Amino acid sequence: MAYNLKENVMKEDRLAGGHRMCAGCGSPIAVRTVLRALNPEDHAVVCSATSCLEVSTFMYPYTAWKDSFIHNAFENAGATISGVETAYKAMKKRGKLDETWKFIAFGGDGGTYDIGFQSLSGAMERGHDMVYVCYDNEAYMNTGIQRSSSTPHFADTTTTPAGSVVPGKLQQKKNLTKIMVAHGVPYVAQTTFIGNFKDITEKAHKAIYTPGAAFLNVMAPCPRGWRYPSEKLMEVTKAAVETCVWPLYEVIEGKYILSYKPKEKKPVEEYLKMQGRFAHMFKPGNEWMIEQVQKEVDRNWEELLKLCEL
Amino acid sequence: MSHLAKDMTPSVTWKDITPGCNIFEGGTSVTVETGDWRTMKPVIDWDKCKQCLLCAPVCPDMSIPVGADGKRGDFDYFFCKGCGICANACPFGAITMVKDEK
Repeated sequence: MAYNLKENVMKEDRLAGGHRMCAGCGSPIAVRTVLRALNPEDHAVVCSATSCLEVSTFMYPYTAWKDSFIHNAFENAGATISGVETAYKAMKKRGKLDETWKFIAFGGDGGTYDIGFQSLSGAMERGHDMVYVCYDNEAYMNTGIQRSSSTPHFADTTTTPAGSVVPGKLQQKKNLTKIMVAHGVPYVAQTTFIGNFKDITEKAHKAIYTPGAAFLNVMAPCPRGWRYPSEKLMEVTKAAVETCVWPLYEVIEGKYILSYKPKEKKPVEEYLKMQGRFAHMFKPGNEWMIEQVQKEVDRNWEELLKLCEL
Repeated sequence: MSHLAKDMTPSVTWKDITPGCNIFEGGTSVTVETGDWRTMKPVIDWDKCKQCLLCAPVCPDMSIPVGADGKRGDFDYFFCKGCGICANACPFGAITMVKDEK
């Protein structure tokens, strides 16, 4: 079915207002978009790793989730949702349930790239019929912007403070999407918010309705941690895609498909200069950091093009 | 013992809250007014609005309702935190951010 923005936004949101995420946060946008990709008649069980999202949408007794929601701990969103999915399958087999239920786990990058990694890897390997959505805001924002393995190279965080001693985070960002591809699951995709939300909505729909385990990595900017004015969210995601810092692609049954190729690949400065966490890279004498990041982005982009056979 | 979110007031003691802090309804956060966080408020100019709906999916607070006729309505100021993403996403400059004075 062709994507239609009007039809998409006319659907009822399955995340309610009144949640306590910061103004301009990217993660509720990711969540409501993914949940809108569900067919309205289908039920869903949503699970969340501990994250900004969990603590601000699920403050007793106020839940922003209209679907069944389960939270267990930081490290086991993957295991929790696999358990629920297995129970559903068993009940369905015994004829105790008629409706269709879908299983979606949400985790921040801390709960996905680092702390919940073993549980996610296990769930993917066992091949439960579920989707794990990582809303990637590139640090532990909930506890005060500590670096995670998803934090990009040279980013200033409270545990990698850029100054005269260290130039921000010393390591590169881990490529989790590729690690998930290596699990051999039927559907893996990387996306963010672009234009009319066609890319993210279609990928979310495919991820939810592909039988078996699926993984979706969504870049969800954090105005507080990335230090950009909250109204610039769509500009930041656009720059990330146009500079190929965050390429949009999907991997169906191991086959890489590039979703969007910028007409003209922009230099990384365009993306870096919008954000305060990279401000130190523009100081005189620090040009090598930008060169280094450009080199890494180019390398990853070339690798991806090769994988997509372009 | 009630299991409803509306009965879980601060006067309810720990003995009477739901076991495991379970909530037996969905979407109970709709009673929480997050609009009072706002310093800037989006205002729409209906003459400029072309109903392209590009503002609707970018709202983190579900504050841009789209009706059954496929047209957006006015902002839901009860939830809108005034982040301004919609104003920047609007290609026609129909949304302006003004100081929210109470």
